[in-house]
Amino acid sequence: MFLTDEQQQILNGSRGEVMAKVLETVIRYGELFGATRLVPVTSRYNHLVTSFGLKMMTPVFDLMQKLVDAGITSGQQFSVDPRPLDKNVPANFLQKLIFNKFMYSKQDFYEGQLKALGLMNDNAFTCACYLDEVGNKPKMGEVLSFAESSAVVYANSVLGARCNRNSGIIDIMGSIAGFVPEFGLLTDEGRKATFVVEIKTTKKPEAQLLGSAIGMRVMEAVPYIKGLDQWLGDTLDDDACAYLKDFGAATASNGAVGLYHVENLTPEAKAEGEGLIAEGATVYVIDDAELQRVYDSYPVIWKNPDATPKLCFMGCPHMSLAQLVSWTERVEKALAEAGNKKVVIPTVFTSAPAVIAAFEKTPYAARLAKTGVILSYICPLMYMNNPLCGKMPVITSSNKLRTYTTARYYTDDEILVQITKGGKQ
Amino acid sequence: MKEFQGRVVAPGEVVASALVSHGGLNTLASFQKALQFGDKNATCGDQNNPDLYGKQMVGKALCLPQTIGSTTGGLVLYCACAMQRQPACMLFSGPIDSLAAAGVILADVWLTGVKMPVVDSLGEEFLAYVKEGMTVTVKENGVVVVD
Repeated sequence: MFLTDEQQQILNGSRGEVMAKVLETVIRYGELFGATRLVPVTSRYNHLVTSFGLKMMTPVFDLMQKLVDAGITSGQQFSVDPRPLDKNVPANFLQKLIFNKFMYSKQDFYEGQLKALGLMNDNAFTCACYLDEVGNKPKMGEVLSFAESSAVVYANSVLGARCNRNSGIIDIMGSIAGFVPEFGLLTDEGRKATFVVEIKTTKKPEAQLLGSAIGMRVMEAVPYIKGLDQWLGDTLDDDACAYLKDFGAATASNGAVGLYHVENLTPEAKAEGEGLIAEGATVYVIDDAELQRVYDSYPVIWKNPDATPKLCFMGCPHMSLAQLVSWTERVEKALAEAGNKKVVIPTVFTSAPAVIAAFEKTPYAARLAKTGVILSYICPLMYMNNPLCGKMPVITSSNKLRTYTTARYYTDDEILVQITKGGKQ
Repeated sequence: MKEFQGRVVAPGEVVASALVSHGGLNTLASFQKALQFGDKNATCGDQNNPDLYGKQMVGKALCLPQTIGSTTGGLVLYCACAMQRQPACMLFSGPIDSLAAAGVILADVWLTGVKMPVVDSLGEEFLAYVKEGMTVTVKENGVVVVD
């Protein structure tokens, strides 16, 4: 790899041994992918994936401490994924004991490390850092050192920024170095689509189900999606962005998608059209039957598949302000139709602290609270990692949560029926 | 017996029994339970991976196309290495993905005494040929012998 004089000096130890190792990590990472140079990180902020003081991550905390002790801070401030604990989310005595004493016992310590390394603020904990209220929204063409698969795929696809699917730790190392290796999704060639996905459904496909189907099929490839604009329109309004947020998270977690193009909608597809499609791209047709096949393929790993759900999580990735508003209305309407005043299954909506603060300034906050839905900043995945929580029958409309935990997936409409009518159609 | 030539990502020699994933290895889903609750065998916890679910990964020659899923994948692999819960080696049929690469590089640069040879680009035929329980020999130069 070509290094500038400055980079070579750092690698030789001009800024200390730890900094040299940081740069060595970034360089060796890039060399594996044929990167021939490092390019500057140009976004204002970074985003890290590791937000949890999970005991098993002790090797990561040790590494972070080496950075702190060496006096190395990130040149950029950063946001980070959601906190793993929130006392407002239902948990029994034993579950709380495991959360606090065994699992996240290093949370305070780790948050101290994050502050020392450049955390934006005490509330910068969300997977959806790009939401307007949070303030970490990359611009078109900016080069990022983000991790968090759902944020990376959103930044690349919807915002037109350039970021590889970096792993945790690599994210902060790129930011500290100020450079990332130029390969993959940072290059024009790497952003070409090697799959063409043709949507031929008879109704608007469920975002999280469509994303799952595409992720499982294309894996890490870039898909160019045709026919979705007939359902989403040609403008990135709140509804389209929320749809693409949830869709993208499913592509990234059920597969390894870091970038997708939606014909006539996402910025690069609008600018370049089919010029983004690589020669010989594979075609994948998605119709109603294909979505049903994918849905039916999900294993149900509850001990009792017929168990009554004890908890419902919505908001993985975190819900937008518009989603909180529209879901408040949907829950109210469904409850009224069912003749119920409150949700019949304990239900948690999750969102970014800054979005929650904005929501609480609207009349919808009181209306949502009246339905019994709990609003939290928690990471549902981190909650479900508690083995006692994992044994509970939990339902969700998040395909990411389904993938990583025992939570059972239902479509949005099915979830609405479950939480307002107890599963009765 | 068949021999395959790949690219050395992390050098080393090892002989181990094959464990084969035909789909992508979801690193977080596969390792998190094992790392969190002290499972020294690193039993795979990924319900969506029928090839690996419930099987011991420690000490095995893990044969796979690539890793997928959460971008915590690299640091999870790094933690597995630091806690000595890693496979004996990782053998990729295709080019290594960015998450697995991060874990391998981080372990190599920041940890001492960790041994996990990694070879990629072994070809699709490799994954079609190797079966669970076969003996896999990894050589320093990226040659992988499956017996």
